Amino acid sequence: MKKITLLVSSLAFLVTFFVSFNLSAAGGAACGIYLSEDGLTKGECKEALIDAKNKASLQRGAQIYMNYCLGCHSLKYARYKKVSEDLEIPLDMFQENLIFGDQKMGDLIKIGMDPKEAKEWFGNAPPDLTLEAGLRGSDWIYTYLTSFYLDESRPLGVNNKVYENVGMPHVLIDMQGTPRSVCRQIPLIADNGGIKQDPLTGEQLTQEKCGFLEIDSGTGEMNADEFDQSMLDLTNFLAYMTDPLKVERETIGTYVLLYLFIFTMLSYLLYREFKKDLH
Amino acid sequence: MVTKMMNWFDDRLPLTATIERHLTKYPAPINMNIWYLAGVLLVVVLVIQLASGIWLLMNYEPTAEGAFASIQYIMRDVKYGYIIRYMHTTGASAFFALIFLHMFRGMMYGSYQKPRELLWVLGWITYLLLCMLGFTGYVLPWGQMSFWAAQVIMSLFGSIPYIGEELLTWIRGDYLISGITLNRLFAFHVVLLPLALIAVVFVHILALHEVGSNNPDGVDVKKFKDEDGVPLDTKPFFPYDVMHDLYAIGVFLIFFVAIMFFYPDGGGYVIEYVNYEAADNLKTPEHIVPSWYYTPYYAMLRAVTFPLFGLTAKFLGFVVMAAGIAIFVALPWLDRSPVKSIKYKGIYSKFFLALFVVSFFVLGYLGTVTSTPGRTIAAQIFTITYFAYFLLMPIYTKYETCKPVPDRVQLG
Repeated sequence: MKKITLLVSSLAFLVTFFVSFNLSAAGGAACGIYLSEDGLTKGECKEALIDAKNKASLQRGAQIYMNYCLGCHSLKYARYKKVSEDLEIPLDMFQENLIFGDQKMGDLIKIGMDPKEAKEWFGNAPPDLTLEAGLRGSDWIYTYLTSFYLDESRPLGVNNKVYENVGMPHVLIDMQGTPRSVCRQIPLIADNGGIKQDPLTGEQLTQEKCGFLEIDSGTGEMNADEFDQSMLDLTNFLAYMTDPLKVERETIGTYVLLYLFIFTMLSYLLYREFKKDLH
Repeated sequence: MVTKMMNWFDDRLPLTATIERHLTKYPAPINMNIWYLAGVLLVVVLVIQLASGIWLLMNYEPTAEGAFASIQYIMRDVKYGYIIRYMHTTGASAFFALIFLHMFRGMMYGSYQKPRELLWVLGWITYLLLCMLGFTGYVLPWGQMSFWAAQVIMSLFGSIPYIGEELLTWIRGDYLISGITLNRLFAFHVVLLPLALIAVVFVHILALHEVGSNNPDGVDVKKFKDEDGVPLDTKPFFPYDVMHDLYAIGVFLIFFVAIMFFYPDGGGYVIEYVNYEAADNLKTPEHIVPSWYYTPYYAMLRAVTFPLFGLTAKFLGFVVMAAGIAIFVALPWLDRSPVKSIKYKGIYSKFFLALFVVSFFVLGYLGTVTSTPGRTIAAQIFTITYFAYFLLMPIYTKYETCKPVPDRVQLG
């Protein structure tokens, strides 16, 4: 019997894998027309290396969010108090610096903007972002935040590589500096993965590719690395927003697993004792 | 003292008799293997779902305005609310994973054959109820995918000729999916369907203990008994199987808890990412996919792309999909084989069972992705092979050569 089961399952997986491999080629791009730094992949998101345990990063992210984003984007399923507790920001400090208007610590993080008016201004009401990281994934958010560029054809003068023709202005342009979409010569890649060379001269072959992002130097308050780090912090904060209890959950989960391992071991020993009766 | 108390009860309730019949003297075949664990694990999951469901109910708000926010309230503000919810979402997927294994076990070892036809039919009803529970429960969080899945599934009823449109309005209780629809699905999910499920599972177990468990050899263990009338190749359910099951439950819970605490989304299969957005009837998600456990049937629905006999393709797809779920119930009468277990059945039975498994997996995959012409053809082919297992069964089980079945169970 075991042979048959094995045969059936391996066959099933093989065929499934084969079929899926062949048919999944038509998958859509997750990150719009975003071009990677080396110009080799298009539409793939940058990896956001964030850490839910890094409180400093989360605090910086919260600071950016409350100052730059909260004007338009609510976090209406979360409460101020919980954020201050989770991020270990003292209550009074939080109240003074991160709460605007007459909102209370126990309130949900709502905004005053009327969605109907907002729709007239931006074409779409700015979405609530409490669960955005769950919806899009943190890689998407990080790539999106770093992919604005000047585009005169758009009503607000900016566009985004990840979310094309987005209605959102580049709120962080002062921080980042002026981003432009530019063309670059990049080396051609040969079939064997190396850089393609001219067979006669040995010269490296290049091709022009457009869509790289470049910042006009000296226009931003931050340099490129600082800005990237800030956007990682902001992404980290949004990931925390979607899953605020991740750290607690995983801690409890570890204890539960530990308990279950002991339980299972004991029940195995018991089972083994009883099994001796049978043969 | 204990004896006295038991006697008091026994005079008023068949307590000892029940315990003996269902636990301490229930004869379980000694050659039951790992496949026989799915049943007991299903009971465990049923308990998990009932318990977590009751606690979720304490904080959930069944209105179109409040449902989505109340889920986030459970996730954030209710103490350990996220554990309760993840228990329920992980439980839903576990329920289906296990019932598929449980059904496959029955198909492999011919557990539906005489005298277990009714047992099989009762099991099939629990599967139907589970499908309905899954669907109604999926709508309750009122996320984008909840809303649009409800839209797609309910619109299938609208494809029924003549009465479709009116039936659809009647089912929805409105001209579109609305809070009214949510309310009725909520009532089904928390009252009617669980009650029915518990009742049918109870009768399923009663029926099982009447006819006795099948085993991987498909032989009748009651043929050879010792001088006390206890079948030779069996062991009492308690304590031997209980100890065995306890160990299995431990292993199962390790996996369950690992998903629940560390991968609660299950890569988008346990909780779909699109459902992180509240329902919006003006904004259709890019592609609507059902939960993974419905995807084989969703693929069948989409595989029918042509109208026939004046019936629309959508209606025919609906019929094929419903038939795909319904056809399991006919198995006891489709199988003409003199032997039960696949171990002793002929090569054709083995081939078609393998083909069925492959079809099920491939259709399951095709149901999760957007359709392209190539994929539609694949779905059509595998829909046919899926049904071939059932519809050709009377022929191939009758004419194939089977291996001789031993009198007693085989160990090892």
